[in-house]
Amino acid sequence: MRAFAYERPTRLDDAIALIDGHGPDARPLAGGTDLIIRLRDGSLRPRIVVDVKGVAELDAEIREEDGFLAFGALTTMTDIVVDGRVGRDYPALAEAALFVGSVQIRNRATLVGNMCNASPAADTSPALLVYGARIVATGPSGTRRVPLDEFFVRSGVTTLARGELVQAIELPRPTGRRGSVHLRRTRRRGHDLASVTLACAVTPDGVTRLAYGSVGPRPVLVLDDTGLLADPTAPAADKVRRLEMLFAGASPSPTSMRASPQYRLAMLHVLGLRAVATAIERLASGASQ
Amino acid sequence: MSGMNAMGARHPIDLTVNGQRRSIEVFAHHTLLDVLREDLGLTGTKECCLVGECGACTVIIDGRSVDSCLVLGVEADGAEVTTVEGLAVDGRLSAVQRTFLETGAAQCGFCIPGQLVSAHALLADVPHPTRPQVEEGLAGNLCRCAGYEQIIEAVLSGADLGSSTADDGRDQGRLSTPAMGDRSATPDAELAPQ
Repeated sequence: MRAFAYERPTRLDDAIALIDGHGPDARPLAGGTDLIIRLRDGSLRPRIVVDVKGVAELDAEIREEDGFLAFGALTTMTDIVVDGRVGRDYPALAEAALFVGSVQIRNRATLVGNMCNASPAADTSPALLVYGARIVATGPSGTRRVPLDEFFVRSGVTTLARGELVQAIELPRPTGRRGSVHLRRTRRRGHDLASVTLACAVTPDGVTRLAYGSVGPRPVLVLDDTGLLADPTAPAADKVRRLEMLFAGASPSPTSMRASPQYRLAMLHVLGLRAVATAIERLASGASQ
Repeated sequence: MSGMNAMGARHPIDLTVNGQRRSIEVFAHHTLLDVLREDLGLTGTKECCLVGECGACTVIIDGRSVDSCLVLGVEADGAEVTTVEGLAVDGRLSAVQRTFLETGAAQCGFCIPGQLVSAHALLADVPHPTRPQVEEGLAGNLCRCAGYEQIIEAVLSGADLGSSTADDGRDQGRLSTPAMGDRSATPDAELAPQ
């Protein structure tokens, strides 16, 4: 690994000043499960690594705030998997977090890092998108909230400005019953990066939200408010046609090693149909939100 | 805020390794794995894939198992680290270490330190795991000899012996959920080839 300077600031202002002052030569470090691999393989060569784990304003808490649940910048996948509130109100997120790597990776990898890394295949992005997540970013000119859908640009690129750090992710509290699920497709049964990842949420007003990843440069959120997908009695053929329209924006890379574009698109539709069916079942059973 | 540390500077850190306080100076670009093996001479922790897939470098930091190849040594400042060398107490092997020997869980042996550390982390959290919980708990530890059956058996028998940790009856575990270790509980499993 090439040498770099290392700082572990204790105040958010200081962390921001370091990130801002060094611009592209600085990389923030939280869990490090992506960063350290890239420092070692040389695909990232920062002059300074800013470890944010000592910053007083950043923590691993999952906090109930007025109208939403907030995940601190240091919240790990394990923290999410074991949180009863997440399992109850945001089951697709709990399911997605459980699919991230192994125990060792989940113990270290952070939800915020998974977003900032902006991999199109990130496991937790689709679930966060269907639940309407907001990014809380703090930089030299203050704090702003960005809908997650406006955060992703393309692989590895977000709309974070120079000097901004993500302080938390907020999920609006569900306003009523909801059925939701996360599904993924991998090359093999064990631990693997996703070839297709998809989350679905159905609400009693007939609105279906679907978000899918690993089939284009960034995860995509789409919405069906015709009531068709959410209708348990609607013919499958009609749902397939509706999904084809909703998935029109999928553009899987022709060069990815994990799966061909044709396979990804085919599986996207299979996952879409299954996720809708499961979300409807969960909504009807009322067992989960 | 501390002054800007120069590139390639050594950073003083204090950490507890296997119950022993250690004060050393480390390079920021050296991983905890490097520090354990090269600076502290603890070569039980193995270096293998270096991308967090094989688990040969698994250690426990502040109660949680991690891949030490994906942690900088300097990040371990103030931490409590347990390596495979710290599993035996007063020269006596832990229950799981004994059952690994009894079931012949080690073939070439290279992955075993990581398997043992993951087994300890699992049993500290879930004293009496189900087989699926063992499978998921050790899924981050690859064995190229494919000795998984004996390894799983060794963990299950080690748990029956009472393991190295106190049985407080919390079989659900702080770091586990009912779903943990049972990904087949999710609809995704329908897609898996049978």
